Amino acid sequence: MKLKIALAQISTRLGNVQLNLEKHLAYLGEAHSKGADLVVFPELSLTGYGLQDLTPAVACRPNADDPLFRPLLAASQQLDLVVGFVEEDVRNRFFISSAYLSRGQVLHVHRKVYLPTYGMFDEGRFFAWGDSVRAFDTRFGRMGMLICEDFWHASPSYLLWLDGADVMLFMSSSPSRGLGTAAQLGSARWVNHILRAYASQYTSFVLHTNRVGFEDGLNFWGGATVYDPNGDLLGEGPALEEALTLVNIDLNQLHRTRARLPLLRDERTALVQRELNRILSDSSNSSGR
Amino acid sequence: MSDFPDLNINTDLARQILTGFIRSEITRMGFTRAVINLSGGLDSALSLYLAAEALGPKNVLALRLPYKTSSPDSLEHAQMVIDDTGVQSLTLEITPMVDPLIAAFPDMPNLRKGNIMARMRMIVLYDQTAAFNGLAVGTGNKTEILLGYSTLYGDSACAINPIGDLYKTQARQLSRAVGVPSAIIDKPPSADLWIGQTDEGELGYTYAEVDRLLFLLVDERYTPEECIEAGFAAGFVNGVVERIRRNQFKRVLPPIAKLSNRTIGYDFLYLRDWGT
Repeated sequence: MKLKIALAQISTRLGNVQLNLEKHLAYLGEAHSKGADLVVFPELSLTGYGLQDLTPAVACRPNADDPLFRPLLAASQQLDLVVGFVEEDVRNRFFISSAYLSRGQVLHVHRKVYLPTYGMFDEGRFFAWGDSVRAFDTRFGRMGMLICEDFWHASPSYLLWLDGADVMLFMSSSPSRGLGTAAQLGSARWVNHILRAYASQYTSFVLHTNRVGFEDGLNFWGGATVYDPNGDLLGEGPALEEALTLVNIDLNQLHRTRARLPLLRDERTALVQRELNRILSDSSNSSGR
Repeated sequence: MSDFPDLNINTDLARQILTGFIRSEITRMGFTRAVINLSGGLDSALSLYLAAEALGPKNVLALRLPYKTSSPDSLEHAQMVIDDTGVQSLTLEITPMVDPLIAAFPDMPNLRKGNIMARMRMIVLYDQTAAFNGLAVGTGNKTEILLGYSTLYGDSACAINPIGDLYKTQARQLSRAVGVPSAIIDKPPSADLWIGQTDEGELGYTYAEVDRLLFLLVDERYTPEECIEAGFAAGFVNGVVERIRRNQFKRVLPPIAKLSNRTIGYDFLYLRDWGT
């Protein structure tokens, strides 16, 4: 099956969800006119990133009663889409979430499980930690979603892989940092190293959309990418500029790569479970826990 | 002492990010124009080139604000930058604004006089932002911010600062890339607040030395002991560490004494770009 992916690396207005929604709808219209099957927006694409005390004011619930989600669900009749937002649960906890919408339905919501709260980041101060990592079925096969820091850790993508995700959708608001002599920023280089590694090791598709634009002195580097199950780069958005990057992927590449390289077939999950249980139950060894 | 560490940067990338920053942060506040105090030195020249590129030269106003003791070279170098970038400009001597205050205190030391000049330039700068309908673009680099080598509410006052994460040696590298005249890049850096003043003479070390040390201490999170092991003199390291600590007050807003449940600065937290 062939699939046209559109990676929407947009800039956002901080806390102005109405203007951000309008931009989403414009990009969805453009993507549809160009024949896209799936559009992926970045982390917190409806709200902006550095929300701090704006968090409760921009939170919503991903359903057809919500004024932000109603037009997005309508747009999902034409093409599938992933949107980033602040989710408020029934107990009024706030999550950094991404929702996969398809044919008028919310197929899956992922709540960010790793909230960076160190250095320049302060997410744990304002948000609740997500508590699950699950793959889900779409009309294009089984996929999984992770948000920024989630894929800086090795375990969430591994769980998605074992849970059946053949296409991993990664969304970021990744600030530029680490300027040296290289043509790519340190943060961009690091992320693309691991995206390529995941695609290669999981023999899966890895898609990444990162936002652009400025918030105070921070800027976000964009550079959306798609890697195929061989770890090859199929397409790349520009650095630092808004763009809708269209990339064709052929899901049959999963068959061809895994026929050559049966890493998934040979993965010894029972061994992982056994050793993980041993490591976590060994009270004399506290390293790495 | 080797040249370790390497502070060189990709100037194309820096230029793209910094011009984007100026454009974004000025336009989202509802402005299209910028005002910069042009001293004739490297830092303000760099900020001006970046602002002219970001906003277009006609949207940038460069101010030359000499005092009677200012070096004629400073004025001339500032004019070279104005001519080369094509920005708008205004020259206003601050001597008649500054001298009455100085005259009231006959024994005033140079430091106080210098602070008065720097703050008078700030007053003119902010007045011109209102007249020109623009925002004040800052010119302080990372070295001087860390060392506190600036006048609070004087030359450090601005609406946005595009070059504050560049060490002086990096600002020099970027200045070359954006076309700042070599006469400005190659001369000894000076605040030019009194005759014969130079930064490196006043600080007691060169920017090349202190930038490498600051890079290890700040960017690479070396301990002072590790910096000494890396080859820096202990007295130099300890002096710089203490200077950074002592000048923290210049890098933060004045603390507000907390009384209520929600206090500005502690638990009333919004980015400046709130809503834009």
